[in-house]
Amino acid sequence: MTIIIPGTGATDMEIGLGHFLAVSAMLLVLGIFGIFLNRKNVIIILMGVELILLAVNLNLVAFSQALGDLSGQVFALFILTVAAAEAAIGLAIVVIHFRNRGSIEIDDVKLMKG
Amino acid sequence: MLFAVAVFAPLLGSVIALLLGRAIGDRACQAVTIGCMALASVCGVTAFVTLVYGGGSPGVVSLGDWIQAGSFHTQWALRYDTLSAVMVAMVTFIATLIHIYSIGYMSHDRSIWRFFSYLSLFTFAMLMLVTADNLLQLFFGWEGVGLASYLLIGFWYDRPKACAAAMKAFIVNRVGDLGFAVGIALVYATFGSIDFTTIFAAVPAHQGDMYQVFDVSWRSFEVIGVLLFIGAMGKSAQLGLHVWLPDAMEGPTPVSALIHAATMVTAGVFLMARMSPLLDFAPGALEIVTIVGASTALFAATVGCVQTDIKRIIAYSTCSQLGYMFIAAGVGAYQASMFHLLTHAFFKALLFLGAGSVIHAMSDEQDIRRMGGIWKLIPLTYAVMWIGNLALSGIPPFAGYFSKDAILEAAWASHAGYAHYGFWCGLVAAFLTAFYSWRLLILTFHGKPRADAHTMAHVHESPAVMTVPLILLAIGAVVTGFAFAEQMLGHDWMAFWGASIQLNPANQVLHEMHDVPELVALAPTVLGGLGIALAYLFYMFAPGIPAFLGTRFGAVHRFLLNKWYFDELYGAVIVRPLMGLARTLWIVADAQIIDGMPNGVAGLTADGAEQIVKVQTGSIAHYAFAMLIGVVFLVTVYLFIR
Amino acid sequence: MITAIAFYTFAAILLVSATMVISSRNPVHAVLFLILAFFNAAALFLIAGAEFLAMTLVIVYVGAVAVLFLFVVMMLDVDRAKLREGVQRYAPLGITVGLVLLIELAIVLTGWTFAPDMMTLRFAPIDPAVHNTHQLGRLIYTDYVYLFQTAGLVLFVAMIGAIVLTLRDKGVGVRPSRHQNIARQIARMPAETLAMVEIVAGAPTQAFLKPLVVETVAAEHGHDDHHPGHGGH
Repeated sequence: MTIIIPGTGATDMEIGLGHFLAVSAMLLVLGIFGIFLNRKNVIIILMGVELILLAVNLNLVAFSQALGDLSGQVFALFILTVAAAEAAIGLAIVVIHFRNRGSIEIDDVKLMKG
Repeated sequence: MLFAVAVFAPLLGSVIALLLGRAIGDRACQAVTIGCMALASVCGVTAFVTLVYGGGSPGVVSLGDWIQAGSFHTQWALRYDTLSAVMVAMVTFIATLIHIYSIGYMSHDRSIWRFFSYLSLFTFAMLMLVTADNLLQLFFGWEGVGLASYLLIGFWYDRPKACAAAMKAFIVNRVGDLGFAVGIALVYATFGSIDFTTIFAAVPAHQGDMYQVFDVSWRSFEVIGVLLFIGAMGKSAQLGLHVWLPDAMEGPTPVSALIHAATMVTAGVFLMARMSPLLDFAPGALEIVTIVGASTALFAATVGCVQTDIKRIIAYSTCSQLGYMFIAAGVGAYQASMFHLLTHAFFKALLFLGAGSVIHAMSDEQDIRRMGGIWKLIPLTYAVMWIGNLALSGIPPFAGYFSKDAILEAAWASHAGYAHYGFWCGLVAAFLTAFYSWRLLILTFHGKPRADAHTMAHVHESPAVMTVPLILLAIGAVVTGFAFAEQMLGHDWMAFWGASIQLNPANQVLHEMHDVPELVALAPTVLGGLGIALAYLFYMFAPGIPAFLGTRFGAVHRFLLNKWYFDELYGAVIVRPLMGLARTLWIVADAQIIDGMPNGVAGLTADGAEQIVKVQTGSIAHYAFAMLIGVVFLVTVYLFIR
Repeated sequence: MITAIAFYTFAAILLVSATMVISSRNPVHAVLFLILAFFNAAALFLIAGAEFLAMTLVIVYVGAVAVLFLFVVMMLDVDRAKLREGVQRYAPLGITVGLVLLIELAIVLTGWTFAPDMMTLRFAPIDPAVHNTHQLGRLIYTDYVYLFQTAGLVLFVAMIGAIVLTLRDKGVGVRPSRHQNIARQIARMPAETLAMVEIVAGAPTQAFLKPLVVETVAAEHGHDDHHPGHGGH
């Protein structure tokens, strides 16, 4: 499986789909680590989520190119949209939480307990 | 049609009084129920007269299907023959009088409408019982009178004794009803039907039927007969299951008169007569009937001699007279038992209502030791009590003479060996009956007043609404004897009873009883007279003798006073062990095991929830972690299990 | 060959900066590394031929989202000393789960194949003759137009949501609302706002405007004192 670079027509590049998938898998795991290793700051967790979504997007784009199907990029576009919305809302919540509680530590976010 | 009106008019009255009682008031309730009862009474008597004298033909009034399940088919139907017509006429007539009497007797009660509704309900149930065309419908009426009896005995529900008596009556009757229910089931198993017509037609074909139980063969007729008799024992208060009847005197006096003298307790006797075509082929069962009946007659008479409560004495005399009826049924003289039932209904209702009148006059005093010297104050009551007691004691020409004589003659004439046991028991009981009747009469009305002055000052004759029924019943107690004796028991009994009583061709007791020795025919009357004389001697002329006998034979006196210790025996053998068992079951089985299971599950759930809820820390970090674990799990599943 | 070098370089920087994002003690640094990671991801998108997406990533993420993060981090002024505590508490478990996932993904990477008829299953085949942006635009404005509109709606809702969440409007009266009070505007009399001042020629100009509603301002200050998050006082 090869990556086709638009415009050049070159087909003998050694960078394949597998490379992209490996990178995105590592990025995903790093995002997950971001969620878990950081217990103190909600913003870092949000950034971890962004990394995870980025890994997913990378996957979609790589597959789109490997299969020669543009739908993957459309999908990635929508994910980008949702991720932006999520970031805006998430940060707004963080802001008001900080305003009300004076802290954005994960361990302080325990309001969901009934 | 008349017949159906007679049966259902009381139901209408009862329902109206029960549902609208509060709305329309006591007066209206009395008017409605008595109006319905009077209508029923007119219809019932007319139906009886039409059938027996007017050439009407017996038949079945079908009212519709009840149960249809496979081969089991039952319908609501009224059986119109002499047996049921006699009962309907008697029940409606006496019930009407008692309704009227109750207006006066219950005038101070708080819930008159309830009382009248129950009375009418009881009458309806009794009418269903006697007009039933099949055993199940009879059982329906049987239970209906049991229910009404419970309601009426416990009518004054704020009195603990009345409630206990009501429960006792209900529970003791259940014991008998079990036998009855099993009997019905066996009838169905044997004949494939519970319709009387079908059963009686099939009696000859099933003569030789046997039940095999554990390699022992039982003749099916005997088993059925005994089981039905157990049912009759409960309802008719025969020895062993009689304990409820004296206690039932806790109810209002009209109830005692209607239920525990005239109608309900006779249901067992009626059942014997109704099932006579079958029972007459079950000599073993009849032997038991005779022996139990004779024992009851003697037992109740002995106990009646020492009781001090006016109503209880009469209750024991009821018990004793019912024993007579079973003697008659047991020796095959069902007509005689029905005849005694009829006469007894009149004079026993009369006695109870007279006693009610006395109690009314004595400001609710029931103990005869605190009465006396009132015969001049309430002469009418005194007179009707005389009539009632003369009838009860079998003094000619009063009603009881004819029926009781007939029973004892039949017992003598019967060829069965056990019949003589019945005869001798009955003879002794006749003597005792006369004795305790006059003991009652003398202690109540004669001698020096033993009540306090205040009570004595208030002694007064009852209002007309109570005395008129007394007079009518007194007339009945006089005339029913010679009016019906020849028709019911004479050589032409067939013409009167029609096909309602069918006998074994070998049973000729009704013919033979007319040929007994003079001495036998005279003996009950003579003994009755002796009993009266003895009572006069003991309580009028030499009051020291009973007291002397009471101390001299203290053990016997106590034995009789405590009713042969039946209640104590049952208490020790049945009631207390059962109560203990029930208590144990309640505390251990119910409260701990049965309740323990759902409570344990609930507790487990609650505890488990308390533990599980700790998972919900409220910390979003934990939730995020849980989500991630889920992701890893799903990936693993897709990777390895797909 | 150039592509390979570029790929490895960008991928390496991407992963390193991602590592820094999650391990940095200073949130500001973390956000800056996030921006760097986005840039490199955009470069990888380019290598994969998704030019439009690459540009979108740079504009949307670097230009908007990451800057938003930066704003928030700086605005909140989180105590950095406190952030350091307890970082490692759940680390073993987190690392274990993460590694399990990584191993599983590696297993997936090594053992998959395309479906035999995958070329016929394509929905929108890439036409090498048409430019990527052109092709993508044609696709989302035709086949995906409803989804595209919906995505716009999602963004709209997110915008309103963010405003509603963070708008400091604590009721009427205590603090002057940012809302327009039409009744008050209409009822305003010239005497309340205008002061006729005699200006003497040659004399120095004096302050003549007075605060309109003194009490309200005082109440505003009193209220703000109770607010822990407001560091500016």
